[in-house]
Amino acid sequence: MASEMVLQVENIAKSFGKLEVLKAIDLTVHRGEVVVIIGPSGSGKSTLLRLINQLEQVDSGKVTVGGQILCENDAAGKAVYADKLTLKAIQLKIGLVFQNFNLFPHFSILRNITEAPIHVLGQDEKTANSKATAILNKLGLQDKAENFPFQLSGGQQQRAAIARALALEPTMLFFDEPTSALDPELTGEVLKVIRQLAAEHMTMVVVTHEMSFARELADRIIFMDQGVIIDAGTPDQVFNSKNERTRQFLRHYSA
Amino acid sequence: MVTFQILPYLLEGTLKALQIFVLTLIFAVPLGIIVARLRQSTLKIIQLPIRFYLLIMRGTPLILQLIFFMYFPPFILNFPIDRFLAVILAFSLNYAAYFAEIFRGGLESIPRGQFEAGHVLGFSSGQTFTRIVLPQVIKRILPPSASEAMTLIKDTALAQIIGVAELFRAAQNSTSRLVSIEPIIAAGIIYLVLNSLVAIVFNRFEKKLSYYRH
Repeated sequence: MASEMVLQVENIAKSFGKLEVLKAIDLTVHRGEVVVIIGPSGSGKSTLLRLINQLEQVDSGKVTVGGQILCENDAAGKAVYADKLTLKAIQLKIGLVFQNFNLFPHFSILRNITEAPIHVLGQDEKTANSKATAILNKLGLQDKAENFPFQLSGGQQQRAAIARALALEPTMLFFDEPTSALDPELTGEVLKVIRQLAAEHMTMVVVTHEMSFARELADRIIFMDQGVIIDAGTPDQVFNSKNERTRQFLRHYSA
Repeated sequence: MVTFQILPYLLEGTLKALQIFVLTLIFAVPLGIIVARLRQSTLKIIQLPIRFYLLIMRGTPLILQLIFFMYFPPFILNFPIDRFLAVILAFSLNYAAYFAEIFRGGLESIPRGQFEAGHVLGFSSGQTFTRIVLPQVIKRILPPSASEAMTLIKDTALAQIIGVAELFRAAQNSTSRLVSIEPIIAAGIIYLVLNSLVAIVFNRFEKKLSYYRH
């Protein structure tokens, strides 16, 4: 495993009101690594991704993305965020694929993909279009460029959402339960794309309930429950864990 | 046919009605957007006065508001106000309240995920609003906004209550002067024609934005 660290999360905590969603979480991701996070609903998996993606605010702790500090504690132990420019630079390093795709319904698939490269990165339309077309080709959506999101199946929409994230050329891609909103027969095509990206050594953090997929693809699996990391290791280690809570959770899924 | 005889007079009234319509839209729509955003504020000190304004404007008759704006400035504040100005003031403030609530409804119907996707893709909040949210809001609020615009065409008839000679006043005057019902019918037809045009314009916009039917 290459050792360049692209993401380091140190001792972060997050509460929503009185509810402690994350407690003292540490996480390190290296370049090219595929980290899969599993755990029951409400365990804080999605919140963890959303914090790193700046969709929620960290209460305390330190997050470093590609050498840039997103936030770290002040003397009082409260997380303080970097300046706007740094936040934006970090934002663009990480792509996020949502459970519900969140494609823009008023844009064609092509424009869904090119809008950010053009208006955020400042690419000219021609460059953005040709890059987007290449990505669509790669994900098997070449004939959908001119379609609107509502005309696509769920699996196609999710692949388009992945294409949209890839167009910003992030160093890391996060997936927040990318197949949970899909019919079982459509999950395959999305997992295939993720598999394809893994083969290209894309750094990925995937929150999922697809256990066989996790086992097959992950370099490392993290099992979370009630806001803490219970278990972490290679798929073999986690699936053969001695930890009672881990075993109980996995039994549920293999049944 | 007395109608041809009085047609110039009716058209003059129509022009006045159109002036009220256009000026009201020009002021009420932007004001409505601002009010909608302020209404969404979590600060009570902003939200409460806005809610009070919305209640007053939507909770009392427009005709009463017209009379209020005609007589409040000269008698209480001691400065006279032009009738037409009072009309525009009352109509703009009244319609802004309705547009604000339509706009807020549209804004709040956009899923959170759209804002989040914009954010994650690096759009500024301004870009997220203008490029991603606003076009979707406009599509959703077109039908209720069309109804509002059509109501406004008809409501211009209320301006006569403070002596602005718009279409309805012109028709009514002619009817009593000529002892004929024709001018009133003619006015009805003119209102219908105007509102047909409003409907056509809004339908065009809707068609343009019908990204669910391609």
